[in-house]
Amino acid sequence: MRRDGHSARTAWLIASGLVAFMLVLAGCGGGDDTGTTGGGGGEGETSGELQKLGKGEGEVNLISWAGYVEEEWTKPFEAESGCKVNNKVAGTSDEMVQLMETGQYDGVSASGNASARLWAAGEVDPVNTDLVPNYKTVFPDLKDQVYNTFEGVPYGIPHGRGANLLMWNSDKVKPGPKSWNVTLDPKVAAKFKGHISQYDDPMSIAEGALYLMNHEPDLGIEDPYELNEEQFDAAVELMKEQKANVGEYWASAEEQINGFANGSNQVGTTWQYQYFLLKGEGEPVAASPASQGFLPEEGATGWSDTWMISSKAKHPNCMYMWMNYIISPKANAQVAEYFGEAPAQEKACAETKNPNFCEEYHAEDPEFWKRVWYWRTPLAECEEGGPEECMDYNDWVRAWTEIKG
Amino acid sequence: MGRRLAGLFYNRPKLQLGALLSAPMAWLVILYLGSLVILLITAFWTVEPLSGDVIKEFSLHNFEELVNVPVYRDIIWRTVRTAILVTLTDAIIAFPIAFFMAKVAGRKTKAILVVAVLMPLWSSYLVKVLAWREMITEHGIINWALEPLGLHGPGEGLVAVWLVFTYLWLPFMILPIFAGLERIPNSLISASEDLGASPFTTFRRVILPLAFPAVVAGSIFTFSLTLGDYIAPALVSNDQFIGTSIRASITNNQPFAAAFALVPIVVVIAYLGVARRLGAFEHV
Amino acid sequence: MRLSKRAKALLGLAVAAGLAFIYIPLLVIAVQAFNESKILKWPPPGFTFEWFEKAFESESAREALLTSVEAGLVATAIAILLGTLISLALARNRFFGREAISFLVIIPIALPGIVTGVALSNTFTQVLGISLTLMTVIIGHATFCIVVVYNNVVARLRRTSGSFEEASADLGADTWQTFRYVTFPSMRTALAAGALLAFALSFDEIIVTTFTIGAGEETLPIWIFRNLFRPNQLPIVDAVAVILILLSIIPVYIAHRLSSDEGGVGGRGGGTTAATPAAPATVAEAEATAAH
Repeated sequence: MRRDGHSARTAWLIASGLVAFMLVLAGCGGGDDTGTTGGGGGEGETSGELQKLGKGEGEVNLISWAGYVEEEWTKPFEAESGCKVNNKVAGTSDEMVQLMETGQYDGVSASGNASARLWAAGEVDPVNTDLVPNYKTVFPDLKDQVYNTFEGVPYGIPHGRGANLLMWNSDKVKPGPKSWNVTLDPKVAAKFKGHISQYDDPMSIAEGALYLMNHEPDLGIEDPYELNEEQFDAAVELMKEQKANVGEYWASAEEQINGFANGSNQVGTTWQYQYFLLKGEGEPVAASPASQGFLPEEGATGWSDTWMISSKAKHPNCMYMWMNYIISPKANAQVAEYFGEAPAQEKACAETKNPNFCEEYHAEDPEFWKRVWYWRTPLAECEEGGPEECMDYNDWVRAWTEIKG
Repeated sequence: MGRRLAGLFYNRPKLQLGALLSAPMAWLVILYLGSLVILLITAFWTVEPLSGDVIKEFSLHNFEELVNVPVYRDIIWRTVRTAILVTLTDAIIAFPIAFFMAKVAGRKTKAILVVAVLMPLWSSYLVKVLAWREMITEHGIINWALEPLGLHGPGEGLVAVWLVFTYLWLPFMILPIFAGLERIPNSLISASEDLGASPFTTFRRVILPLAFPAVVAGSIFTFSLTLGDYIAPALVSNDQFIGTSIRASITNNQPFAAAFALVPIVVVIAYLGVARRLGAFEHV
Repeated sequence: MRLSKRAKALLGLAVAAGLAFIYIPLLVIAVQAFNESKILKWPPPGFTFEWFEKAFESESAREALLTSVEAGLVATAIAILLGTLISLALARNRFFGREAISFLVIIPIALPGIVTGVALSNTFTQVLGISLTLMTVIIGHATFCIVVVYNNVVARLRRTSGSFEEASADLGADTWQTFRYVTFPSMRTALAAGALLAFALSFDEIIVTTFTIGAGEETLPIWIFRNLFRPNQLPIVDAVAVILILLSIIPVYIAHRLSSDEGGVGGRGGGTTAATPAAPATVAEAEATAAH
């Protein structure tokens, strides 16, 4: 009908006019606020820091890695503090940052590749360590680190640290590998084509860089997170070659557990959490022995996690109570043994069920941790002595997308 | 009250129309369309790398990246290719079933078949993807069935994604074709046969052209649903699709995700335009 | 249509193969729900009801189910209201922008779920500054459920002549009385069918839900997704899935009966067979039901 056709055309005209108008608005920088700036302090401000601990608010909303917040130790906390624990498990640091940006959570167990970003975005407040009595007896080499202290101000409470493991199916992979070449050397990895399991995160590029640090010293890599363009390209190339052999890129602990349990994964990078869970189920898995600190020859990437408090926290008192609780000797010992990481609390070593736990996990051995490269946010400005200009986090993210293809 | 309203609306059809439409339009235009526009505006913004702060200045950077960086072109093409393949496969599988239901089955069989085809539509999408995930595993049913033939199943990957999408959207192809075939009067077919055409010729020259718009209608669903999905590809493959990439970028670069989201929007709208020309909208 | 015996056989084979394709994965889930082994191995070593027991006992599953039902009911109610209003407006009037509006109604379902989800989530948290709760989920669901109700009701209204309403007005009925005694009865079953479809959509939806749900809530699809990878929970998920499939027979049957009742009276396009009314209605829900 003529009239309908006419009205349709006019409708389109109006619609395109609206869109054009909106674009103009965008260009003027107007429009609504869809930014991701957090409330409270930005870089370096201490305005958000809690001065006095008040009464608990009745609940606390946490974001954490799998295995960090379990009933075994949250139930006593809830009874003691009256704060109900609501926990969301995240699989990657990116997920954690995104969840924090929603402003719906009080705190997060952030690794080094999230902490700097959260701080720069103003998503977290400084931590008043006077309000956290157990902080005094945290291992000294976890305090004032580049991943938890910004512009001289502490922004978190250390939770514990560990190295990423190389895990394999002991039935299918014999003899047990001693080096990362089994997943990263194209020739060796080809034997396990389609059965390699790699962590789906840009941080995996650091594993490639670490491998090259050991096997191609000519590149001059000194820190797997501070790479100039040449070093970065080499690491990316290595990971692209790995893709041909990868069976699965895992983005959550459970995904990987599934993969190993049903036989499609046979070797790959993992965390102690998955390793112990699979062993507990009777699956034939093995990793480098604890006595070696679970480290293959080249060392490993790892993480040192920090509990940070949201600048938009609705339950700050409960969050402080949680932070103090999780590094109390008994709780820290529980979580460290459950997950399989080195505790942050000195006194936890006396509370572990396995009397040699801290020794096995090198909790009191700063030398050991020099071979573990904690996840960090790659920045364009490198530390002293590093390359002139480094690739930053955006470059890593883009490269990871390219690697996956 | 009703009297007063009737009096008010009498001879004022526009007012009645406005009253009817005000609430729904407020919802759809202000809330939904407004949200979309806001999202699309962000596609022209960028982020500061470290803090993730959004820089609200007009920039075509995101679109430049989408066009220039090869991996994004690959992802887009991979998704479109899969969508086309899924549409073709679904059409091929759906047509015989729809034809049987519309033109061959008796009344009771037809009713049973309609219910049989509809039932999977009502079971959870996640459950269906889960089923396929369980079937393609190393020790799953597909490998077990193919073993005696000396073959190996596809495992995770593009083939699995294609199979899963074909499976998920099949009913959405069957139903419009069924409806379209039903509308073809049997008298036309009888006439064609009376004039001496073989069943095949009747099919080719009478049925198929008349059913074609219905096929296009079904293809709208198979195509656009495949284009934007991120859960199925994530669960049965490692490959990156438009949906998975949007999902991945949402976390640290929302403007880029918004720009990426424009791609399926544009493709779907274009597809809808073509489909409308081909008469598919009568069958939706 | 006259088909040769051979053609009939081939056709039957194609149909059987197609139906097998449709139902085998569902059967795999069913078998897995009774499987003794937790790992996805085939053939299954043993048979057990354990997972069904655990499914019934699972508190989180029950809560998720209730949340899903609650969200579905409210979203459907909103969709019924808005969908009916739009249908009445579009079926009985010709006006400028009519085609644009019917296009607009389809968009929430035509666009990928992730686009709708992110756009709405963005508006809620950044523009309006409100927390994500079950209400924000419901708003999201209602938005794409509108089209399902609309499609059903408008199709019925088109087949029912407007002359009845005019006659009613001529006889002295006011607006509300006309609606109540003339319009509503004729579209009642279409509305019910649309409502059923809308509920199904909302109940099964995961993508938009993921982006609009708050920290403490969980709908059933979200519960399923969360437990998909956990080896201890997967068989329970399979059991829940089987229960859902069985339960879904009821609404399918009801929707089918509703759609085949009461063809339109005196309007255009009469003489339809029982199944045809069902087809366009369910086709509209097609875009919807799956990944949205």
